[in-house]
Amino acid sequence: MISVKKLVKRFGLKTVLRGMDFEVKPGEFVALLGPNGAGKTTFLRILASLSRPSLGEVTIAGFKLPNEAAQVRARLGVVSHLPLLYGDLTAEENLRFYARMYGITKDQLRITEVLEMVGLEFRRRDLVRTYSRGMQQRLAIGRAVLHDPEIMLFDEPYTGLDQDACAMLDDVLKTVAAQGRTVVMTSHDLARAEELATRFDILSRGVIAASATRRQVKKSNLLEFYKQALAG
Amino acid sequence: MKKTIDDGRQTIDNRQRMVNRDNQWSIANGQSSASFVKAIGAIVWKDLRAEFRSWELISAMLVFSLLVILIFNFALELDVKTRQSVTAGVLWATFAFAGTLGLNRSMAIEKDRGCLDGLLLAPVDRSVIYFGKFFSNLAFMLIVEAIVLPVYSVLYNTNLFQPGLLLVILLGSVGYTSIGTLLATMSVQTRTRDILLPILLFPVVFAVLLAAVKASGGLLDNSTFADVSFSINLLITYDVIFIAASFMLFDAIVEE
Repeated sequence: MISVKKLVKRFGLKTVLRGMDFEVKPGEFVALLGPNGAGKTTFLRILASLSRPSLGEVTIAGFKLPNEAAQVRARLGVVSHLPLLYGDLTAEENLRFYARMYGITKDQLRITEVLEMVGLEFRRRDLVRTYSRGMQQRLAIGRAVLHDPEIMLFDEPYTGLDQDACAMLDDVLKTVAAQGRTVVMTSHDLARAEELATRFDILSRGVIAASATRRQVKKSNLLEFYKQALAG
Repeated sequence: MKKTIDDGRQTIDNRQRMVNRDNQWSIANGQSSASFVKAIGAIVWKDLRAEFRSWELISAMLVFSLLVILIFNFALELDVKTRQSVTAGVLWATFAFAGTLGLNRSMAIEKDRGCLDGLLLAPVDRSVIYFGKFFSNLAFMLIVEAIVLPVYSVLYNTNLFQPGLLLVILLGSVGYTSIGTLLATMSVQTRTRDILLPILLFPVVFAVLLAAVKASGGLLDNSTFADVSFSINLLITYDVIFIAASFMLFDAIVEE
C-alpha cells in the first residue's frame, strides 16, 4: 500500500531523512516512533504530498509522488496535532466545506454519518472555536475520514489532550482502524502505540533503525525495544 | 464498490467515482472543470461565511481606510480644486495599505490552525486554492471600497461614482489582489509575515498602482476615456500577467 525507497529529504544544508526505506501492507497499523527531530513529521508530510522528496521513490496505492499527488491525496486522510478546522465555522459547515473540496455529493448524509461516528452530532451547529481541544481533535478525525480514505496518517494526534480526551480519541482511532484502513501514526506515547498498532518502526537519524510486529515486541516490551533501537 | 485493477493500483469504481458501501453518498472525479469551479466556490463560500460571522478582516480594513482618509482630509486642508487633484493618490494609497492588512489576515487565518495544510490535502489542482483565495480577497477589497467611496465623496466633496473610475478601481483591485494573494501565501509561512508582505508586495505592485493612479486622476480631471486608455490597457496587461504568473508559481510556493 505504501512503498518508500531510499528517501532523502534536505532542508538547505540539513539532511533530515537519509535514504529511508519503508513498506506498509494494506490493513496494517504502523506506529512510527522516534525522538524529537528524528524526521517523523517530515516523513509524514512527504507521504501526504505536502513536502517534496529531495531524492528517492514514494509510491502510495500504486501512485507515485510527486507526479500523481492528486490521486494520492484522494486516498489519504491526515490528522495532525493541529485540527485543520476553521474556528468561525460550525462543525457541520467545516465538514461541508471539506466535502465540497473532495467533490462529495449528497454531503449531508455523509456529514451526519461522520459526526455520529466521532460523537459530535449534538454539537453540529456550534462554532468550532467553542469546542474543547479533545472535541476539535475528534472533529479533525471526522474531517480526515469524510471521503472514506484507504490510508490514514496520524501525526502526534494525542498532543495537548487530557486523559479523558485521549481515551475518547483511542476509541475513535480503534473504530477507524477496524474499518480496514491502512494507518501510519507517529507518537511519543509508547503505551498508546502498543495498544493500537500492529507494527512498530523506530525512526532514528533519518532512517528506520528497527522494525517489529506486535507479536515480536510482546516477547520483551516496547520500551525495551525502543531503547535498544535508539542505542544501536 | 472497491476494485483492484490490472496495474495493481487500488481504485474505486473505475477511478471515476468513489461510492460508499451503501451507495448513499459519492465522490465525483476531482479532475473535471466543474469540480474545479465548485472547489473554488467552496473556498469563497467558506471565507465569506467565516468573515460575515466574525467581521475580523473587513472591519480592520474599513477602520484603517476611514482613518487614512480622515487624516488626509484634516491634514491637507486643501481647496476644492486641489482636493480633486490629490483624490486619486489618496484613494489608492488608502486601498493599498488597507489591502495589505486584509491579505495578511486572510492568509494568517489559513496558517494559524493548519488550515492551509487542510486545503493542500484536497485532491484538487493547487491553482484552485490560489483562485479561491484570490476571489475571496478581491471580494473583501471590493466591499471595503464600496463603503469607502461614498464616505470619501462626502468628505472631499468629489463625485467618485463615474463608470470609468469604477472600472479602473475594479481593474486596479484585481491586479493588486492577484499578486498580493501569491505574496501573502509566501510571507505567511515566515516568522516575520506582518512586515514581510508590504516589503515584497509594494515594489511588485507599484506598476499597477501607478497605472491606476494615472487612470483615476485622468478620469477625475474630466479627461476622455481615450486619454486614459493607455493606463487602462496597462492595468489590463498587468492583471493578465500577474494572474498568469501566480497561477504558474503557486504550486511551487506552497510545497516545501
